[in-house]
Amino acid sequence: MSWTRKILRVNLTEGTCKDEPLNMEWADKYLGQRGLATKYLVEEIDPKCDPLGPDNKIIYATGPLTGTTASTGGRYSVVTKGALTGAIACSNSGGFFGAEMKFAGYDMIIVEGVSKKPVYLTMIDGNCELHDASDLWGKSVWEVDPAIKAKHQDPMMRVAAIGISGEQGVLYACVVNDLHRAAGRSGVGAVMGSKNLKAIGIRGTGGVNVDDPKKFMAVTAEKKAILAENAVTGQALPAYGTQVLMNVINESGALPTRNFRDVQFEGAHAISAEAMAEPSGIDGKPNLLTNAACFGCTIGCGRISKINEEHYTVANKPEYWHASGGLEYEAAWALGAATGVSDMDALTYANFICNEQGIDPISFGATVGAAMELYEDGVITSKDTGGLEMKFGSPEALTTAVELTGKAEGFGKELGMGSARLTAKYGKPELSMTVKGQEFPAYDPRGVQGMGLTYATSNRGACHLRSYTVASEIMGIPEKTDPHVTEGKAGLVKAFQDATGAVDSSGLCVFTTFAWTLDDFAPQIDAACEGNWTTDKLAEVGERIWNMERQFNLSAGFTAADDNLPQRLLKDAAKTGPAEGLTSGLDKMLPEYYEIRGWTKEGVPTNETVSRLAL
Amino acid sequence: MLKALVIDPGKCTGCKQCELACSLEQEGVFNVSKSRIRVFDFHEEARFIPYTCTQCDEAWCQQACPVNAITTTDDGVKVVHDNLCVGCKVCTIACPFGTVNYNASTGKVIKCNMCGGDPACAKICPTDAIVYADVEQAGHSRMEDWAKKTDSGAQATA
Repeated sequence: MSWTRKILRVNLTEGTCKDEPLNMEWADKYLGQRGLATKYLVEEIDPKCDPLGPDNKIIYATGPLTGTTASTGGRYSVVTKGALTGAIACSNSGGFFGAEMKFAGYDMIIVEGVSKKPVYLTMIDGNCELHDASDLWGKSVWEVDPAIKAKHQDPMMRVAAIGISGEQGVLYACVVNDLHRAAGRSGVGAVMGSKNLKAIGIRGTGGVNVDDPKKFMAVTAEKKAILAENAVTGQALPAYGTQVLMNVINESGALPTRNFRDVQFEGAHAISAEAMAEPSGIDGKPNLLTNAACFGCTIGCGRISKINEEHYTVANKPEYWHASGGLEYEAAWALGAATGVSDMDALTYANFICNEQGIDPISFGATVGAAMELYEDGVITSKDTGGLEMKFGSPEALTTAVELTGKAEGFGKELGMGSARLTAKYGKPELSMTVKGQEFPAYDPRGVQGMGLTYATSNRGACHLRSYTVASEIMGIPEKTDPHVTEGKAGLVKAFQDATGAVDSSGLCVFTTFAWTLDDFAPQIDAACEGNWTTDKLAEVGERIWNMERQFNLSAGFTAADDNLPQRLLKDAAKTGPAEGLTSGLDKMLPEYYEIRGWTKEGVPTNETVSRLAL
Repeated sequence: MLKALVIDPGKCTGCKQCELACSLEQEGVFNVSKSRIRVFDFHEEARFIPYTCTQCDEAWCQQACPVNAITTTDDGVKVVHDNLCVGCKVCTIACPFGTVNYNASTGKVIKCNMCGGDPACAKICPTDAIVYADVEQAGHSRMEDWAKKTDSGAQATA
């Protein structure tokens, strides 16, 4: 139990919705969510297909613990071939949508084909239907969410939708659920838009059963206590959110600034968690109103913020005077440090628009940073930008850019291609801070060496959430390693990647891993699910998932040459801070990583590895 | 001592652990749509409000019930007896707070019964937004908080 054992298959070309039993043999090998959905995807699509073409599929998948009382049990993932990267994409989101899917009786939704006209899907318990969405097309997520609830007269419905950006093919468009939680990365929203699928509304009144309720309640209570007592999950995240990192990473000399020209940002404090809680200079009220939890989460790291009503971004727009999802660390970094902007209200406004129109603030902010460098270097001028002065540090440039990109208008169309395509178009591909076409998040690999290997080898393109070695290198979790050395990082990255693969397949949140190890996950999964779920089995599932994703990417045409970093990080040393003088030592880590992975020198899993993992 | 659910919305993060625990206790499955307690998310005002039956002393639901299916326990809790309830839903109309609801799958009404004196919601709440406490002292901590904010209170050391 705990899986509902049911899948919904939606064929948009045919306009059909059909139930299917979940493949339980695969569930035992890939657990759920990221792993299981990826297994379905790699079995069903041609890895070489056009991500935005009819042959790609998009899967919305929960894990076995989604919808249960296990702390953070509200996660779901969107799995597809990424629009931004052409690689395997798996974007994970919280909120309440995932749990509702379970309550409606489904483990996952597989969407295939392309609808001739815009549609949205509803799942009301077992009753699944496609509806005309022509009146919702061209609307934002914030308009579509209440509109669908109103149409179906059900305020308790949960909605995941794309904004205008996803309709218009912004390559890092997200799927946004519950207004401000997002499956953010790799352009999963653009894939949804390419299928003419605007939204999914779910309402479930059924229950989620676990194998042994008594044991499950006892073990989940014990694990919640560990989260509550931990300094990060019990104190720092509820009080400061992920933004607790801003000053810490800046002081570590690993805060990429102005398109990675610098590794420390003079404006870091102004955009930090501490500043969010301080009374503002304009109206004397803090940016942060409260913290908020996703479904079942006892950490509650979410930020609920409000923009100063007198700030230039909203002074004439009372529709933005309400509270909504505020700045998380990655967003604050990308919209702030990466662009050199230190105006908290401008960042919060940009973040609101990212949620409203469904764009990934990491890729967006990093692309703005790259565009600013092109502009300052004279490669592009205001003629190219439609009059926009793309200067580092300009809040006006940032907030105009986000409005344009959210609607894919004017220069926003070019920004919507992502930094790799934008810089290549103007003959400066070296200015794109990407791996496999996806922009880096908020940790400079010169100051945190493990993150260089993490980015280079991430199956979904540059990403911090595939192996968050920052935990070890900066925070000392589970044990402290030196962020400036490359020794031992290959093994560390592999261990984090494998463990994260299992965590992302469980239905729980990776933030629990500041306090939990796989030893804490295993008994919770075991009490809920059939099968003998041990730590060793979870680690093997994680490693199997990693190799399966790798094989997909190799079949899609990626090679070892794509496990690389931009020259800037390999050649230009960090100018200031504790990492001053350092470049990324990727070349020292990568061969060892391939070896530890059981891959050839060309980065291909050996036959032995493939058979050991029963792939 | 009469105990009640004392709710402090300011501490609520909207995680719905209370709804999960309630549904497991009452229905045997995790099913928030069958929970007797609900958390409302006033998103644009950044407020989360847990809401459930307050166990009125003179309960409208009880008085409206034509078959006397709702009785009062020694602890003042209003309990629905499924063997008597005929599913007429008059109590759901009578309750001004909407905290008695019809369960279509059983044909009976459901409401908070305090889990027989050990409410699952209070036990699981991670932030103490819901506690099970002496009803006569329910306002104590809030009074203390406000007292602290007064000039004279600010000088007090206790």
